[in-house]
Amino acid sequence: MTYLTKSPWILHYDGSSCNGCDIEVLASLTPVYDIERFGIINTGDPKQADILLITGSVNAQSISVVKQLYDQMPGPKVVIAVGICACTGGVFRHCYNVLGGVDKAIPVDVYVPGCAARPEAIIDGVVKGLAILAEKEKAEKEGKGKAATAAPPAAEAKP
Amino acid sequence: MIHSYKEQHITALTPDAIESKADEMKKAGYRIEQICARSKDGVTTLLYSFDKDFDLQNFRVTVPQNMTAPSISKYYWAAFIYENEVHDLFGVTFTGLVLDYKGNFFKLEKPTPWKTEPKTAEGGE
Amino acid sequence: MGKRTIVPFGPQHPALPEPIHLDLELDGEKVVRAVPSLGFIHRGLEKLVEKNDYNAMNYIMERVCGICSFGHSWGYSGAVEGLMGIEVPERAQYLRTIYLELSRMHSHLLWLGLLADGMGFESLFMNCWRIREQILDIFEATTGGRVILSFTKVGGQHRDISDETLKKIADKVTTLRPELKRICDVFIDDESVKNRMCGVGKVSTDEAVELGAVGPTARGSGVNNDVRCTGVGKYEELGFAPILEKDGDCYSRCKVRVKEVFQSIDIICAAVAKIQAGPVSVPVKGPAPEGEYVMRIEQPRGDAFYYVVGNGTKYLDRARVRTPTDANIPMIVKVLQGCDLNDVSMIVLTIDPCVSCTER
Repeated sequence: MTYLTKSPWILHYDGSSCNGCDIEVLASLTPVYDIERFGIINTGDPKQADILLITGSVNAQSISVVKQLYDQMPGPKVVIAVGICACTGGVFRHCYNVLGGVDKAIPVDVYVPGCAARPEAIIDGVVKGLAILAEKEKAEKEGKGKAATAAPPAAEAKP
Repeated sequence: MIHSYKEQHITALTPDAIESKADEMKKAGYRIEQICARSKDGVTTLLYSFDKDFDLQNFRVTVPQNMTAPSISKYYWAAFIYENEVHDLFGVTFTGLVLDYKGNFFKLEKPTPWKTEPKTAEGGE
Repeated sequence: MGKRTIVPFGPQHPALPEPIHLDLELDGEKVVRAVPSLGFIHRGLEKLVEKNDYNAMNYIMERVCGICSFGHSWGYSGAVEGLMGIEVPERAQYLRTIYLELSRMHSHLLWLGLLADGMGFESLFMNCWRIREQILDIFEATTGGRVILSFTKVGGQHRDISDETLKKIADKVTTLRPELKRICDVFIDDESVKNRMCGVGKVSTDEAVELGAVGPTARGSGVNNDVRCTGVGKYEELGFAPILEKDGDCYSRCKVRVKEVFQSIDIICAAVAKIQAGPVSVPVKGPAPEGEYVMRIEQPRGDAFYYVVGNGTKYLDRARVRTPTDANIPMIVKVLQGCDLNDVSMIVLTIDPCVSCTER
């Protein structure tokens, strides 16, 4: 079933961004670009999110927060790095407090370049992310299916 | 009289005159605009700015070798935000800070990234 | 006498657009103390002056913050121009004024939307941002960028905007007036909105001065520190007068910003009517001389302070930005004492926090 890909919920977090990409992410959710009409909702709760939209690079203080948010999200999940700062560190990659793009903290599935990334590009990235989400969901189900048939249930072994 | 943005009032000040100048500015009704620092070849310089009715007064202070300066947060409570930042980035210790983050204002990769060392031909400390 | 608990607020929170951490010490539902924790967005970009000459540093400065981007670019360029003794042509000054006012409109509409969202008034949030999109269309059609414009450089502007296009911009913002009136009347007159904002986060005039508050945050308490009065840009010629409110609560601050949106439309139309033909930039060559220069610009959130130090080469010694939110944070720390837990997000939003500006 494609419940996930038909109405994915987004968690948006700003790593160390200048805010440009963040307002473009919010602009994607508001009228004109409006991805809410596709069932996509911006949730504030990591436990309810399927897609993590991260903007901005990671610095020494935010790396642990980003990792924690990623760990709190239930699988299957997709990470989309929005903006060139999230991809590689952007113009700030030589700064003393910037560690690099978001992939220094968590695995990234889709990279959306741009400074600031345009809403069209963000939507395109989300759509590509949905395809990856569907694959991950499928892989997870197949993995569970294999586990169920391979190992005998522990309850049967006990009298 | 409205002051023009082009007016530049930057005067030098000695470190021991910081507190009395802050007191003087406070009594005259000036608000704290900002405090910043710069460091070159081991010499750190602070810039204090005060504003009243668009009259912007700036004071340049060279921090002594022991890297300490008196805090003006007892006159201007809001100065804590600038002094903590200067402490974390430049390594200047402000004595008497009312809200002291003790180096945890910005959690940095490396401490005091802006602090420079003096350029000496004979290889000083 | 309740037990004290510490509630961490942020860095990730549905009400917060940016990461800032507050440790709220609570006695029941009342906040006794709030200690801010910054540093999530600190990149240390000011140190890039060592690797980028004064022209290239402009591109970095405008990326301090995406919302206040145009103001940073003008402030920094203005500071370097002052250091080098460059006089920018009249037409460029008018263009800078027009674009800063457009930037102010988009920023205030963004904030009004976030305020509505913070109150749970989603349809108002969506409407504010829908109107804002039309201003971003103007940016995109004239400069190519929606957020980061890269329009200002040291010496003037990168390109000219034709008088015909300027007339279209003035007409466009004028057509927004009735829609804006409909939206802003809700902020000013609606009972449920007023209930959330009136009497919340009161700051007296003296407190605002003592805490160093700037911008609409201070103007809501009757403090006039609008740097547009000091002759920057073409505001004086256009008959600018700052907007002040007396009450000092969240509602006053909201009223100041609402009125500023309409005032920006007037300024843009007046500037387009007065602008004359001429060059938009002067050639800038050679190293920056030794010396220092201080410049201030009225950003949407308040006055931003720019300080540049030259050393005789094309690399500056220092380029410092003190942004308005940096000056307003001590105020929220004070104001949060004694407020209800549920009002925390409203009070934090009321200063229009731009944490990426603060931490650079």
